[in-house]
Amino acid sequence: MLKFIIKRLLWMIPSLFAVSFLAFVLIQLPPGDFVTTYIATLASSNEVVDQNTAAALRERFGLDQSMLVQYLKWIWGILSRGDFGISFEWQQPVSGLIWERMALTLVLALASLIATWAIALPIGVYSAVKKYSIGDYAFTAFTFFGLSIPSFLLALVLMYIAAVEFGADVGGLFSPEFETAPWSIAKMLDLLSRLWLPVAILAVSSTASLIRVMRANMLDELPKPYVTTARAKGLSEFRLLIKYPLRIALNPFISTIAWLLPNLISGSVVVAIVLNLPTAAPLLLQALMAQDMYLAGAFVLLICALTLIGSLISDILLALVDPRIRLE
Amino acid sequence: MTDILSITPRPSMAAGKTLLDVKNLVTEFPLRTGIFKAVNDISFSIEPGKTLCVVGESGSGKSVTARSILQIIDSPGRIASGSIILNRQDGTSVDLARLDPRSKAIRAVRGRDIAMIFQEPMSSLSPVHTVGDQITEVLRLHLNMSKAQARKEAAELLRQVEIPNPEQALDRYAFQYSGGMRQRAMIAMALACKPQLLIADEPTTALDVTTQAEILDLIKRLQQTTGMAVLFITHDMGVVAQIADDVLVMHHGVIKEYGPVDQIFHTPKDPYTKMLIGSVLKLEQKAEIRLARPPLDTTAEPILDIRNLSMHFGEMKALNDVSIALLPGETLGIVGESGSGKTTLGRSIMRLYDPASGEMHYRRADGRVVDLARLEGRELKAARRELRMVFQDPFGSLNPRMTVAQVIGEPLLVNGLSKGKELDERVCHLMDQVGLDPAGRERYPHAFSGGQRQRIGIARAITLNPRIIVADEATSALDVSVRFQVLDLLMRLQDELKLAYIFISHDIGVIRYMCDRVGVMYRGRLVEVGEADKVCNNPDHPYTQALISAIPRPDPRDRDRSKRFRYIEPSPHIDPSNVKNRSSAR
Repeated sequence: MLKFIIKRLLWMIPSLFAVSFLAFVLIQLPPGDFVTTYIATLASSNEVVDQNTAAALRERFGLDQSMLVQYLKWIWGILSRGDFGISFEWQQPVSGLIWERMALTLVLALASLIATWAIALPIGVYSAVKKYSIGDYAFTAFTFFGLSIPSFLLALVLMYIAAVEFGADVGGLFSPEFETAPWSIAKMLDLLSRLWLPVAILAVSSTASLIRVMRANMLDELPKPYVTTARAKGLSEFRLLIKYPLRIALNPFISTIAWLLPNLISGSVVVAIVLNLPTAAPLLLQALMAQDMYLAGAFVLLICALTLIGSLISDILLALVDPRIRLE
Repeated sequence: MTDILSITPRPSMAAGKTLLDVKNLVTEFPLRTGIFKAVNDISFSIEPGKTLCVVGESGSGKSVTARSILQIIDSPGRIASGSIILNRQDGTSVDLARLDPRSKAIRAVRGRDIAMIFQEPMSSLSPVHTVGDQITEVLRLHLNMSKAQARKEAAELLRQVEIPNPEQALDRYAFQYSGGMRQRAMIAMALACKPQLLIADEPTTALDVTTQAEILDLIKRLQQTTGMAVLFITHDMGVVAQIADDVLVMHHGVIKEYGPVDQIFHTPKDPYTKMLIGSVLKLEQKAEIRLARPPLDTTAEPILDIRNLSMHFGEMKALNDVSIALLPGETLGIVGESGSGKTTLGRSIMRLYDPASGEMHYRRADGRVVDLARLEGRELKAARRELRMVFQDPFGSLNPRMTVAQVIGEPLLVNGLSKGKELDERVCHLMDQVGLDPAGRERYPHAFSGGQRQRIGIARAITLNPRIIVADEATSALDVSVRFQVLDLLMRLQDELKLAYIFISHDIGVIRYMCDRVGVMYRGRLVEVGEADKVCNNPDHPYTQALISAIPRPDPRDRDRSKRFRYIEPSPHIDPSNVKNRSSAR
C-alpha cells in the first residue's frame, strides 16, 4: 500500500510538468497576447497606444522572449521561490490573488457539497427502497425538474424573488459595509446570511443527479443475496440497509472525489458570475479572456494538481473501504 | 391451541410434537396481468431432528416455500392464506404466516429459531465485511453477547464446521475463502444461535461433487449433535436419496407427492415423481440409442489429435501437457471439477485461447491435416467453420436483441454463404432439425424456455455443417425433464450429420449416458482416458475413483458413506520446479 502511494506521488511530478507546459502553450495559442488585448481595451475607450509603448510593455512583461524561455522562467520562479509571477491585468502577485479567492471558494464548495449529500443520499436510498411508491414518483419528478432547469436561470429567478418580494440584497457574498472590512464575527454572520442562496442554487442541480445515481446504485444492491442473508439473520430492515447495501452502494461516490476537487476552481462559473460571487471561477475566466497567462497558468496548474491529488485520495479511500481492492 | 391441533392429527405426529406445521399455504405474486400463485395450497410438517427434502424443477415454488416460512419472500410476493405454526421448545407456538414481515416477532424467529443457508455462498456473504463480523453479528443480535464473547463463540463455530485456523479465518473475507469454505462459513453463521430448524436452499448446487459430499456430511453430523431439523431444498434426486427422511415433490406450486423417502423412491405413485426418479436412474447407464448403435471404428484416423497441449494463465497451468485424440463420429467426454481445465481445453480447441505450446492436428474434410494451434487469418477462419461450440448458459449465450432467425442465420450471413429467401429457408430447415417450430423464428430469445433456447444454440452450432462440436456443460443449466430431450437431440444430430462431439461436463451421469470415451481432468492434467463404461463404473486412477465415490447414489437404501473418500495428490519427487508449482496452485 505504502509502495503504491509513493509510486503514485512520484508519477505526479512528471505529470504536473507535462500538463503545466501544455497549459502554457494552449494559453498562448490564440493569436496575440496580453498586450494586444490590453491595447484593444484601451482603444475601445478611445485611447491610442503607439507601437513603441506596446513594444515597451512587451519587454516589461517579458513577452518578447520565446515561449520556452517564458515557460522556463515561470516554472523556475515557482520551484525556487514559490513565485507564480505577476498578473498583467491586476498588477499583483498571482499567488496572492488566488489565495484570496480560494478561501471563499472552498467555503462555498464545501457548503454546497454537504448540502447536496445530506439531501441526496437519504432521498436516493428512500427512492430505491420504496421503488414505485408515491414518494419515489414525487422525488423522481423533482429530480428531473432540477436536472432540466439551467442553474443560472434558477439563480436569476431566485435573485428576482429575493430582491423584489423580500427586498433583500442578494448579490455577492458580503454586504457592502463588510466587503473590505477585516474578518470579524459580524462579517461571518453576514457571510452565513448570504451563503444560503448560492448554496441552494448549486445544490439543486447536483442533488438531482446524485439522487438518481444513489437510487440506481441501491437498486443494484438491494436484490443481492447477501441482503436476503442479512434479513434471514433477523436484522431490522433499517440496520441491514445501513450496514450492507448502503455501504456498497456508496463506493462509487468515493470515486467522484477525483473530480470534486478540481471542480472547486472551475465549476459553477455561470452561477458565480450571475450572483457576482468572489470565487475563483470568474477570475479564471477573466484571466483566460485577457490572456493573462501567469494567472491562468497558475489556475490550470492548480486544477491539475487537485485532479491528481483527488484521484490519489479517492484510490486510497476506496482501498480502505473495499477489501476486494485492498487485498487482491 | 393444542385442542385445535389435535383435531387433525397426522399419523407421523403420534411419535412427538411437530416442530413446524404448514397448512394450506398460499404465496402469491401480484402481476400486471393478474395474480400468480407461486405456492398454491400446500401442507406439510417437520419433526425435530428430521430432514424434509423439498424437490422440484425450476419454477416449482420450492424456494418460495422456504422463504415464506421466514417471510423473506422477494417483493411483491406475500403470503395470501394458510398457516405456518412453529412449536418452540419452551412450549410456546406462533403462527409465522400471521406475522408482519417487518415485525419484531418474526425477526426474533429469523436466525434464532429458524436459520437459512443459500445456494451461492459467495454472493450470500457480504463482500466488504469479514466473515467474523457477519457471524458475531447474529450472536450479538439474538444472544446479547459482548464483542469478545461473540468472537470467541464465532471461532468455536468455525472450528465446528472444520475450517482450519478459525481465529485467523474470522478476519478474512468471503472472497479469500474457497467455495466449500464459504458454504461452511454460511453454515456456521446459520448455526450460531443453535436453531431448531435449518432451511437449506440448494446449498450444494454451486459446489463440486466432492465438496458437496463433505457439506452434506457436515450438515448430517451437526444435525445429530444438535438435534435440529433440516428443510432441504434441491433439484437433485441423488442428494434427496442420501439425506432425506421425508420427501415433498413440488411442481408448479402444488404438491405432487409427499411421504417417507423409501416410499417415494421405491413405490412412487405420481407420474411426475416417477419421471424425476426415472431421469436419475436413466443416467446410471448408457443411452438406448447409443447401445443400439454399431461400435465405432476405432482404427480410423482421428479427426482431431491433440498433442502435449499446454496453456497458462500467469502462474497457473490451466492445461498441463494434455494429449488426447477424437475419432470421427465419436463423443469424447471431458469430466472434471471446477478449475480442472476442462473449459480451457474446449476453448483452446476453438482457438478462443492461444495455447502456450503443443499441437492440435485437425483433419479437414478434404483429408488435409492442419495444426489448429498454429493457424492464423483466413485459414483459421475456414477451420473455425467446421468447429462449432454450444455453451452452458442458454440465457447468456443468445443476444437478446436478435430474433431467433437472426441468431441461427448469422453464421451463414457473416460467412457470405446465403442470404434473403434462401437464408430464410435454411433457417426454417435448421429449426425443424432441432425440433423447434419455424413459425417462431421472428421472435426474440426471451420468448423461449431454457430447453428451447438451448435448441436454438444447437441450431446455430450446426448451421455451417460443422464436423466437430464442442459442448461445454451444454445441459447443466437445464431441468432434468428437459435435459434428456436435449441430450437425445444431440445424439440424433450426431448420427444424421456425422458429427464428432467433445462433451465437457462435471456430471458423470450425463457423461456415462452420452459418451463413447471419457477423459478425466484434474488440475490441468488429463489423469485418465478410457471407454465411458470403464471410467464411469470401474476407474483406474485414484482421483476418478474418489470422484465417482462422491456422487450421491439415487437410492435411499444405499447410504453407505464409508465407501467415499477424498483424493489426496501424492507428493511428487523432490523437484524444485514442481514444488514451486504446487505452492502457487494453492
